[in-house]
Amino acid sequence: MELDPQPSTDTLRKPRVAVMKFASCDGCQLTLLNCEDELLNIADRIEFAHFAEASSNLQNGPYDLTIVEGSITTEHDAIRIRELRAQSRILITIGACATAGGIQALRNFGLHDDFKRAIYAHPEFISSLDQSTPIADHVPVDFELRGCPIDKQQLIEVILAFATGRRPKTSTESVCQPCKRRGNVCVVVTQKIPCLGPITQAGCGAICPAFDRGCFACFGPSNDPNVTSLSNSILQPNLSKSQAALFLQSFHAASLPFRQEALRLWQLSPIQPPPK
Amino acid sequence: MHDNSRNIRVPILTRVEGEGALNIRLEADKVHEVQLNIYEPPRFFEALLKGRPADDVPDITSRICGICPIAYQVTAAQALEQCLSLQLPSELTLLRRLIYCAEWIESHVLHVHLLHAPDFFDCHSAIDLAKRFPNEVQRGLKLKQLGNRILEVLGGRAIHPINIAIGGFHRLPKIHDLAALILPLEQGLSLAVDATRWLATLPFPNQRFPYDFVSLTHPELYPIESGQIAIHSHNQHPSSSNTNHPPIGVDDYEKYFEEIQVPHSTALQSRRIRSHSIPSEPSTYFVGPLARLFHNHPRLTPVARQLFDELHVDPSHYNPYHSILARALEVVFAFEEAIRILKTIRKIDLPKNPKSPQAGIGRSATEAPRGLIFHRYAIDEQACVTFAKIVPPTSQNQGQIEADLRSLLQTIYHQEDQQIAVACERLVRTYDPCISCSTHFLKVHIERI
Repeated sequence: MELDPQPSTDTLRKPRVAVMKFASCDGCQLTLLNCEDELLNIADRIEFAHFAEASSNLQNGPYDLTIVEGSITTEHDAIRIRELRAQSRILITIGACATAGGIQALRNFGLHDDFKRAIYAHPEFISSLDQSTPIADHVPVDFELRGCPIDKQQLIEVILAFATGRRPKTSTESVCQPCKRRGNVCVVVTQKIPCLGPITQAGCGAICPAFDRGCFACFGPSNDPNVTSLSNSILQPNLSKSQAALFLQSFHAASLPFRQEALRLWQLSPIQPPPK
Repeated sequence: MHDNSRNIRVPILTRVEGEGALNIRLEADKVHEVQLNIYEPPRFFEALLKGRPADDVPDITSRICGICPIAYQVTAAQALEQCLSLQLPSELTLLRRLIYCAEWIESHVLHVHLLHAPDFFDCHSAIDLAKRFPNEVQRGLKLKQLGNRILEVLGGRAIHPINIAIGGFHRLPKIHDLAALILPLEQGLSLAVDATRWLATLPFPNQRFPYDFVSLTHPELYPIESGQIAIHSHNQHPSSSNTNHPPIGVDDYEKYFEEIQVPHSTALQSRRIRSHSIPSEPSTYFVGPLARLFHNHPRLTPVARQLFDELHVDPSHYNPYHSILARALEVVFAFEEAIRILKTIRKIDLPKNPKSPQAGIGRSATEAPRGLIFHRYAIDEQACVTFAKIVPPTSQNQGQIEADLRSLLQTIYHQEDQQIAVACERLVRTYDPCISCSTHFLKVHIERI
């Protein structure tokens, strides 16, 4: 979607921002409240017209900028997101749930009714869809900010960029680049620890390798990742087919490149994917 | 429909974590129905853990809640360590307690300053509150930042930290990074004391609800990551405020508490099992900071203990609005405890105890910022999960919140609908409900018929 060069019709007016939640853990919205040093400055430059977690002053749209957290998992939410899009000049999504379906998209691989029966004695009271889907599957999205959770500095950049009508500057390199810059010793090369860094978009600051563990792709697939090659060269020498598949099936399980490779691995595996 | 009956609806209960609604139906001067309607979409965590390696569980369960991920990570890790018969050396247990203190600071300060305090000054948000109390709000943000700083050093990042592993940690923090936290935390302690004194001047509504307080209790320490479960039955001896059952072991939790499903909520509600209760007493119970203080205030750290006495924070007044003070005191405690741990910690040899896969069952209960949290897992001989049960604090408090609202409505039903809605919303907020946890927005709905 083309960006409107004018942030608002009245250039003196602060942009009206809405923060909306769908199926999620609240962690990405919390990132906004975690902008301790910058929070009051941001609040000076924009108006939070609808931010239920932070304010009981809830105003109706239209909004200049709508920030969406969470995935679509119910009929009601599928309708709500379309109404919200109609009320929003710019709509951006934040976090793995909103951009990829989140951890709850694991249900896309399993039997949804079995999940409901496993937890609720009266599954008939529970209305939810059999797939957890990203916002962009339902409405046009102007920008997607990845992460589980998103990064604070990236969020500030995105809000201020859209509030002033420019494109945000966020990295699209893979985790390997910031990992080298951080001075981490490669966990794959030196410790044979399975790591998704080479196929994962940067943004977290390469935290996991700095803590002696492999990247598990909180920020989702990088541009054009060769997942099969990484699976053959880094995952499978150290993991069984089913373990490798599960390693790809976490917070971005429903992202296409990860999903394809995971399903391929399950076909090769003697073990059936959960849930049985 | 009767003429003297009404339906009141407040569509969104705000400044809480997650999405829910409150449905209230008033019939003349009678409260017909009160439902905490949690419509946060279900995310089926227990089901999606099945078949996954035990190692995945701390990271996945942390995504139940972005505000208290450590509660999930530590409780899951401890339960799975029991499955695997793993014992942790005391230094690693201390580091777990340290990162948990950080979460208490971050979560409590968020609630106290950004979500709850605005209610006492009729402000919509902390941003509004900051116009009247810029220094107090800035102080809150500074305190929150300090909690997050410990999380970053020990956990890698503030939200969904990545360093808790089964058997300990993935990597040990550097001793000098830990030592560098002491001075800022000592400054933080002093700010936390000032914040508590400020909060003690708030105009608290006068309210007294009989609670059955449930929390962990520990013989020497204010409980966080371990202890037995203390149950206080308010109605057992009405003449005395301090008669408790003998504490029960964590492994017996499910003998005393059960989860039930109600049609209006995607979160299961917890109840005390009747056979263990006195027949006439209510089966709802209260978990959270007031319950912890009730059972454990003698074991607060020195400064927190002194403030407790000085400010007359008495949990046996059963006033839910005092929760904000209880949280502030626990922030003081968490700073003192974090400093004590940082000064105690010596060099640690290994980040985690090596494990070998074995089948087993494990349970753990810890004190999340919002109250008791219980996990039970079963794993197979490959250490893959075959069963998971997670009982977060808010699903335990849900029944109590409804009971409190019923009592409150008896005294305010004659007021205007808008006033009633605001009062109900404020009462719910004292619980710091985490609906993302209980499955996961809160709406108040009042219907008068």
